Amino acid sequence: MTVTLTVDGKALQAEAGSNLLEVCLENGITVPNLCHLPGLEPPPAACRLCFVELEGIDAPVTSCTVPVSDGMVVHTDTDRVRRLQRSALRFLLSVHDVDCKNCHANHHCALQDLARFLKVGLKPRGLSIILKEPEVDDDHPFIRHYPNRCVLCERCLRTCHDRHGHSPLALSGRGFDTVIRCFADTPEDAQPCQSCAACVDVCPVGALVLKTG
Amino acid sequence: MDPNETPQCRRNLEALQAKAAEKRREKEAAPVPVIHIGSATCGIAAGALDTRQAFQEALAERGIEARIHTVGCVGHCYAEPVVIIDHPDSGFPPIFYHEVTPGKARMLVKLFLEQGDPRFEHIYGATIENDMIPWVQEFPRFSMEHRLVMDRCGRIDPEDIFEYLDDGGYAALAAALETEPSDIVAEIGAAGLRGRGGAGFPTAKKWSFAAATDGEKFVICNADEGDPGAYMDRTILESNPHQVLEGLAICAYAVGASRAMVYVRAEYPLAVRIVTRAIEQARSEGILGESVLGSGFRLDMEVFQGSGAFVCGEETALIRSMEGFRGMPVHRPPYPVEAGLFGRPTVINNVKTLASVPPILENGAEAYRSVGTADSPGTAIFSVVGDVVHPGLVEIPMGTTLRTLIYDVCGGIAKKKSFRAVQIGGPSGGCLPESFLDTPIDFDSLIEAGAMMGSGGMVVMSEDSCVVNVCRYFLEFTQKESCGRCTFCRIGTRHMLEILNRLTCGEAVEEDLERLENLAHDIREGSLCGLGKTAPNPVLTSLRYFREEYEAHVREGRCPGMMCRPLIAYYIELDKCARGCDACVGCCPTDAVFTTSTRKKGIDLELCVKCGECMVACPPEYDAVRKISPAHLAPVVERSPKRDKEAKDKA
Ligand SMILES: Cc1cc2nc3c(=O)[nH]c(=O)nc-3n(C[C@H](O)[C@H](O)[C@H](O)COP(=O)(O)O)c2cc1C
Ligand code: SF4
Ligand code: SF4
Ligand code: FES
Repeated sequence: MTVTLTVDGKALQAEAGSNLLEVCLENGITVPNLCHLPGLEPPPAACRLCFVELEGIDAPVTSCTVPVSDGMVVHTDTDRVRRLQRSALRFLLSVHDVDCKNCHANHHCALQDLARFLKVGLKPRGLSIILKEPEVDDDHPFIRHYPNRCVLCERCLRTCHDRHGHSPLALSGRGFDTVIRCFADTPEDAQPCQSCAACVDVCPVGALVLKTG
Repeated sequence: MDPNETPQCRRNLEALQAKAAEKRREKEAAPVPVIHIGSATCGIAAGALDTRQAFQEALAERGIEARIHTVGCVGHCYAEPVVIIDHPDSGFPPIFYHEVTPGKARMLVKLFLEQGDPRFEHIYGATIENDMIPWVQEFPRFSMEHRLVMDRCGRIDPEDIFEYLDDGGYAALAAALETEPSDIVAEIGAAGLRGRGGAGFPTAKKWSFAAATDGEKFVICNADEGDPGAYMDRTILESNPHQVLEGLAICAYAVGASRAMVYVRAEYPLAVRIVTRAIEQARSEGILGESVLGSGFRLDMEVFQGSGAFVCGEETALIRSMEGFRGMPVHRPPYPVEAGLFGRPTVINNVKTLASVPPILENGAEAYRSVGTADSPGTAIFSVVGDVVHPGLVEIPMGTTLRTLIYDVCGGIAKKKSFRAVQIGGPSGGCLPESFLDTPIDFDSLIEAGAMMGSGGMVVMSEDSCVVNVCRYFLEFTQKESCGRCTFCRIGTRHMLEILNRLTCGEAVEEDLERLENLAHDIREGSLCGLGKTAPNPVLTSLRYFREEYEAHVREGRCPGMMCRPLIAYYIELDKCARGCDACVGCCPTDAVFTTSTRKKGIDLELCVKCGECMVACPPEYDAVRKISPAHLAPVVERSPKRDKEAKDKA
């Protein structure tokens, strides 16, 4: 069933129940996001960037978790929304090793795009920069991970799970110390990764790199 | 069915009750004194097992016949180990003794059980009214409580299902099984029962959502209880597990679930053991299993041991962890009652919520509503800790004011200090000042004040506590316990903690307070689950009500509670210090205490680590050690090279 919703004053048609974030993006309305992967349910709603305001609901909601319904009125560009998005981005940057020129993701990095869109500097003022140790996780034979670039969007492990049903990638640690770890007990375990590397492709930043040679 | 015939469930229950009465008669056949020993985790921590052994040995040595009865916790933590001796031949009523050490136990066996002298100086009170010994119900700590859920805690042996049956247990289940499920939900709704897991969601509403769904469903008792300082759920499970199981079974019947789980954290080994055993006993007596009490309703129940992460108490994380994944919350909706464990409708209720169900059905909604307030009927169970005279577990009617709870029930602030703040609802709750002491304790009033019921942890702080430091402690906890999934909670709380650390070290700057407030606001609004959304509460409320304390830390480097070590100093008031006394010298771990040229004592501030041992050691008649903040106000007392040399030579 097709429904009509209004986003930023524009009437849009969409399939009832489809994902609000996707509907916005498909219609050329920019809504910041990092962790959403179309088609992979349920969304982790982890990055907390895709906030919008819905009329009738008093607090901003993450659009990646909202199924559209008829008559929905959406605002993507309110002060409250932007404040939360900037805050989230600044948090991500405060734990980020900003060293773009030495990063392979330079110029196609989601953080750079978001910073431009939200008009936030890459060095968040007023927040201390807190980096993790070690800087590089080299345990996996084919994949290298940079925890201080990772935004913990979980795209890599969800993609991997979706493809293979299991994954050498997992979240480890708790709280601030949570990191993506590449667990591969034996080189044979890691063998399929060499030909797949889907995780490297979906990483919105430069946190995963295929080792060469 | 013939309406005159007693229904099957009731008959089966009556048979069990008869068996229970028979067992009691057997036990009571020999008219010997009974020694009831509180042996839940709290009692054991205070030495109840040693006390028990001392009783056993002393009884054997003296050849005295008496029965030791292991019971759960009565909730009087300040008095543990608690023992009640019922010695009818002595002519005395059953007597409540507190802090019964092994020595006291041996003494009581000899003097009371053997010679009939109850040792008045050690008596706390009598458990029944009489004209020899004050009745405990005359003390506010007892009389102001209203035990609805915890009534049997500390009275019955938690490991013996027949004691529960003999006390009227499982009658509510038997009756429920002969009632339409929808009528049970309606009765719970009429009683106005609200979830005791924190948010106060109407239980009947949750049940009716689940009841309206088809197919396989689950019911889960949430006993994760990870709040620091809260231990109500553990105590109930350890003291009266069957009441919780009965509530869970009624819930399962009411919503049409045939599988029930009790999610207990593995760090509660005694609770795990007791609940597991209770389930086995219920199963072997036909109360659980193929046909509950012969009703044809099938119910399997099992214990699931959680790994003990605080966030696993959040219902969606709890479900994930039961499914074998990392315990991380997911976005709601869908709520667990729509899609919960393995995607099936799942009712999750707190231990106290479920334990409230049997008494509601037994006495009716009306009776339940007669206690508490219109919007929060029933009782509230708090573990009150901190600077009160009588800390422990209390069950009070909803609507009781904070003042009554703190000053009357719990005996007021310890050591004659004055009140500074009360933190309600653990790390998710708020910190309230004296002007809020007349706030009634109920779900809505606490929220309005900026705190929340949470799961019922309450920390009372005296003038000697620092609100900033206590908030720092709670935030450090939530920050560590965050699941790490979402940006605000994972990173934002860390930034808040950095500022709080700076504050408590005297390194914060003026802008930090505004930053802290902004961070708190965004984290509350932006986080995915309740943990992140509520983590800023202690800071937000204390910034609102105790702003001057934050400002003192920033502007003056002063800690009003004199708790933040970098901001305080110890010194010895020379006028008060007694010449020749050196009580404080030996206790200082860093040898910072020296002898002055006038043979009094001084503290070398360079060496002092501010442990406060000297303050404790200084005899009360001199009371010469002082604590001061900001630290630079401490008077400097010069060391005397001559005395130093003498001391060195002596050593
Ligand atoms: C971080 C967090 C921790 C929680 N911990 C517990 C807990 O230990 N026990 C509990 O019963 N509910 C806890 N809850 C609340 C549960 O998510 C859920 O609301 C509750 O178990 C529902 O039971 P009730 O309706 O009986 O209150 C927690 C919630 C959050 C956000
Ligand atoms: S490695 Fe990349 S894809 Fe994976 S969680 Fe980190 S940022 Fe996301
Ligand atoms: S608020 Fe905290 S605990 Fe909850 S999902 Fe986010 S990171 Fe995890
Ligand atoms: S895209 Fe919605 S929270 Fe990340």
